[in-house]
Amino acid sequence: MVPDDEGGGVMRADLLGDSVDGVDEVLRAVDGFDEVLVAGLLRPQPAQAEGLAALAVAVAGSPLAARVAEAAEKTAAGAAGEDHFVALAAARTALLGSVHDALVQRVEEAVGRARAEEAATSAGGSAHAVNLHAAARSWLCDLARAGWQGIDHELVGGAAPVVSAMLPDPALRRLATLLDGFAAELAACCPGATLERVPVRRWADLWSRAMLLTVPGAVSAPAVTEVSGRLLPLGVDVQEHATAVQAQVHAVLEPADGGTPRLVRASVSAPKPDTVVGAGLWQSLRPRMALLAAVSEGRAMDLDAMPMTGAGDLLWDDARAGAGEPAEAFATARVALPAAVAFATAPLDRHPAGIAVPVLLEGYAVEEDEGRTVFRVAGLRLPVDTDRMPAAGPLTPEAVTASGACVGLLRWDAGEFLLQPLAVERTVRKKTVAVHAGAWAGGTADKAGVRAEKAATDAVKVLRERAGKLLRK
Amino acid sequence: MGDGALSVWEKSSTARVVPSARPRKLAKVPFVELADGRLQGVVSSGSDIGRVYVSSVEAGTYAFACSTNNNRPCGGARGWFCNHIRALVFEAVLQYGVERVTRYLKVEVGGEAPDGDDVTHAMTATRPVNGDGSAAAQVFSRFLRHLAYLEFEPATAPLPEMQWFPTTRAVA
Repeated sequence: MVPDDEGGGVMRADLLGDSVDGVDEVLRAVDGFDEVLVAGLLRPQPAQAEGLAALAVAVAGSPLAARVAEAAEKTAAGAAGEDHFVALAAARTALLGSVHDALVQRVEEAVGRARAEEAATSAGGSAHAVNLHAAARSWLCDLARAGWQGIDHELVGGAAPVVSAMLPDPALRRLATLLDGFAAELAACCPGATLERVPVRRWADLWSRAMLLTVPGAVSAPAVTEVSGRLLPLGVDVQEHATAVQAQVHAVLEPADGGTPRLVRASVSAPKPDTVVGAGLWQSLRPRMALLAAVSEGRAMDLDAMPMTGAGDLLWDDARAGAGEPAEAFATARVALPAAVAFATAPLDRHPAGIAVPVLLEGYAVEEDEGRTVFRVAGLRLPVDTDRMPAAGPLTPEAVTASGACVGLLRWDAGEFLLQPLAVERTVRKKTVAVHAGAWAGGTADKAGVRAEKAATDAVKVLRERAGKLLRK
Repeated sequence: MGDGALSVWEKSSTARVVPSARPRKLAKVPFVELADGRLQGVVSSGSDIGRVYVSSVEAGTYAFACSTNNNRPCGGARGWFCNHIRALVFEAVLQYGVERVTRYLKVEVGGEAPDGDDVTHAMTATRPVNGDGSAAAQVFSRFLRHLAYLEFEPATAPLPEMQWFPTTRAVA
């Protein structure tokens, strides 16, 4: 049990086990639409028309109502144009946005932390790279017509030239990275006709999201403010697909002016060849963000006029950050986290998959349940995603099982809350030892880590040598 | 929560559909992929640092081709898998795991824990024929595209879409 006065922990963990009103109904409409994409929209069947109609009904009370109703009707008749597909993607995104909001509100009640009211809006977008956006949208519409069961190598391969043209432009990185990961996944599953099972919600998520990102102005430079103060890291979350990696440092920012401490993130990402894995991920990101080294050393950083978006994302610039005092993540989680206020999520990023709320858990019992690790805490059984930890790091599922305290990210997927461990405390020979998932982010002297670093260095050396010989001929 | 017909995996936004590639040494075979209906890739020449071989095996028929990046046919690949193709199969199994490689190539392998050699044997036993090698230029250009990923600069603007691609300890 976590005593109320301990702070930073999940104070009302039991709330996370209760169902959230309305979520099931909304997700039923989402599932209905997602099933439509499995068979594709070339020749819609009556069951698919039902799924489309239900989606339209679900947003009937919103400003999208008329456009979605028309889109559902045209699509069911097999006469959908690109704008109709965009409208359907928007409806689905709006529904999941409402699920996100309900879940986040529940999390706030459970952790007893506040969140700022309104996210700042974007600085306004421009119509950038219209042709590439149109090409991406056209590919996505072809996918929707074929359905996941209708994909083949030729169709999926159509994404490659679009991605290649987009990647060099930093303003198109979001859509390019998404399409690249999505297309690689589809390619690995071709032909769709022989698929034994389909990741129905996942692919509908990726499809809808990509569709919306092709709308001019959907992704524009966010409005930023400059922040100064002490940045206390809590841990690192790593995301990767075959040809991209992102590390996000979750941290508490104590403003220099003595204002309210804030929960913030600092991200660094890069495209990568698919053979750069393990410690190679850290190596490709390390040079761009000194914060990764600070995390490994257990240090804070002092920020001076660092740009930050209205959603609490620092736009990291090494020139605006200096090494700070030693700062241990568990001390930060116990002392600074309880008072830290989160920022509201950017409107387009309101999706359950984006929920990642830093929490400290202590005093739990660890159980194994059908192959899953579960923390039993304050009347709740909280599943732990022990697979979601970087391979190039010392935090292992075994360390999680043996732990007595955990800093992690509270997430939600497939109908339940989950904990993603960022660091654990365990007792070794009567001493408390912290093990961090991101401990090797800035480099390591650990024997296994050094080996992983060497393997990754060698891999990149071979590729660079090959590139030097072949690319510039 | 949720009582629809979809399974938990089907309702997951972050289900891992394709496991990460396993780390492997790249000196001999810097590039291998399962694409365009083929296992294809690039194999370093043992003798000339400036030369690479472009090798491929077609799924289903196992029709094979091997030539240099300057489009000279490989001497070893006349009527039989050359050593480049054997190396390619071996490294593909290391990178993607035997299950994904055999499924893609439509190869039946028996026995416990089959490896790259078993996959090669299963294919050569069907006496595959030389392919026409017309794909070499395309494979080579895909390799160059792959290398170009080294050249992109890291960025610090957040990519919210990467939330759908969590890291995983599981490998192929």
